[in-house]
Amino acid sequence: MWNRLLRILFYIVVVGYACLTLGPFLWSIYTTFKTTPDINRLWVPLSDLTIANYVHIILSDQYPFARWFLNSIVVAVIVTVGNLVFNSMAGYALARIDFPGRTVLFVTILAVMMVPGQVILVPMYILLSNLDWINSYAGLTVPFLVQSFGIFLMRQFFLSVPRELEEAAFLDGLSRWGTFWRIVMPLAKPALAAQTIFIFMGNWNSFMWPNLLASTDDMYTLPVGLNTLYGEYDAFWNSILAGAMFMTVPVIIVFILFQRHFIKGISTTGIK
Amino acid sequence: MDMDHPRKPQPAPLSRMQPPSPGKKTRWTSDPVMGYLFTLPVIASLSVFLIGPILYAFYLSFQQFTFLNPDLSQFVGWDNYMRLLQDERFHTALKNTSFYSLGVVPVQVSIALLLALIVNSRIRGKTFFRVAYFLPTVTSTVAVSVMFLFLFKRDGLVNALLSFFGVEGRSWMLDIDFALPSIMLMAVWTTVGQFMVIYLAGLQDIPSDLYEAAEVDGAGPFRQFWHITLPLLKPTTFFIVVMSIIGTFQVFDQMYVISKGEGGPLDSTLTVVLYLYNVAFKDFEMGYASAIAFFLFAVILVLTLVQRRFFGEETRM
Repeated sequence: MWNRLLRILFYIVVVGYACLTLGPFLWSIYTTFKTTPDINRLWVPLSDLTIANYVHIILSDQYPFARWFLNSIVVAVIVTVGNLVFNSMAGYALARIDFPGRTVLFVTILAVMMVPGQVILVPMYILLSNLDWINSYAGLTVPFLVQSFGIFLMRQFFLSVPRELEEAAFLDGLSRWGTFWRIVMPLAKPALAAQTIFIFMGNWNSFMWPNLLASTDDMYTLPVGLNTLYGEYDAFWNSILAGAMFMTVPVIIVFILFQRHFIKGISTTGIK
Repeated sequence: MDMDHPRKPQPAPLSRMQPPSPGKKTRWTSDPVMGYLFTLPVIASLSVFLIGPILYAFYLSFQQFTFLNPDLSQFVGWDNYMRLLQDERFHTALKNTSFYSLGVVPVQVSIALLLALIVNSRIRGKTFFRVAYFLPTVTSTVAVSVMFLFLFKRDGLVNALLSFFGVEGRSWMLDIDFALPSIMLMAVWTTVGQFMVIYLAGLQDIPSDLYEAAEVDGAGPFRQFWHITLPLLKPTTFFIVVMSIIGTFQVFDQMYVISKGEGGPLDSTLTVVLYLYNVAFKDFEMGYASAIAFFLFAVILVLTLVQRRFFGEETRM
């Protein structure tokens, strides 16, 4: 009797919370198919729904939405690739190669992980404006090509890889560089996958920096553009939410596809 | 270490290959040139875009500096830090941020634990629920803010649902008393999934024979939770609480989007980082902004050190 009641209660909580997390998404998606006069009507019959908002947001003359989408993709891809290459190289050296200053470097990397990003907001802005990189792709990508957390993650991973394989390759005459690319990197696929998801999503969703660095609307990334859409066209919730779906749905698809890596990546790196 | 590896290079198998030069073994591990080449991009990037700026920010925090006219900058000693003590708007921002943190952290941690217990149990459709619970975490803060603005507006869904229960609706995000609590609700909704996953990892580290033994001793699910799960999750909980406090102290995006950068209505959603941002890029008082940044750094540093101490060796070399 008690067990049965508990079980019912359990499933009420399980399903209830899923409704809470999915509800806002579903309601927003529903709204993106409504015409403007219908936005605030709770129930709109299926026959009155339209895809006009999606067409409008992509083709609009008022704002370059397609460009924002492209900017987001370009910036996120460049930053992700840079991080995968540079963080792995450094992580490998810190795990495997003895060189003077290695410990100092590693301790420095650990130390800067504690510094919140907001501390460098002002100096970075000054630096980038001296380099004339404000409102440019260089400004949106170059400072973010390396991430201390990613280096730390890769180092931990390489420490767990058995050394014998590399030793054999090395004795066979493969250079350090060759060993790294042909032996070590292929082994690192799980760590690279987790890092890809992390960095791509972090950059895709990032707001504070692009909002500061992009000053004309042709350089906006999606979050920055979406924020100005809400600021300027408040009444057109159907279009604004369609924009929000454009930046959410690709992430959701990637997330569902890589769900296993993603959760594993978070759980291992979260603890460490 | 070497004892565990009986297949460490022995002279015999090596003879088949190139005659090993005496320096071979050391060249394999010790290779300064390669070490520097591999770490060069990282050293360059971290020095230029992180360490340099950190040091410069520290220097700036003792200057009166405006970006608009750098030549007028002057050394003012501890003035910027002293100013923090008297700045009413900074106090409001700090009060709002602390209130936000105190409200969000406990709720977030309890819900995360509850959800982790749920998705770790034998329920049907486990993957579906994991994805559903985690979805808000992967969504951009800006997209989430826009969605919640829509849900919480005067004629939005939340008020429509509340009217079923006879509760009078309001413009939640424009109300002095409700704007910050509404954002707190949103913050819990967005970030719980991330902590749920960390708890999930913690739960899976608990050896199952402990539960088996407890079952043999006749302990029911509640006593098992109280005497095994909760104590063994203590380090995880501590980690999550610290991460949650650090995260809440850095909150910015949501407030910026919802209050259109102002922290309104009447500073009710002004947080430390939003204030810092406005001081730096609206008032252009960049020295003072840097002092605010170092205040924030001090808070986070203390929390991180406390947490590192708790975790001990795990993050050491």
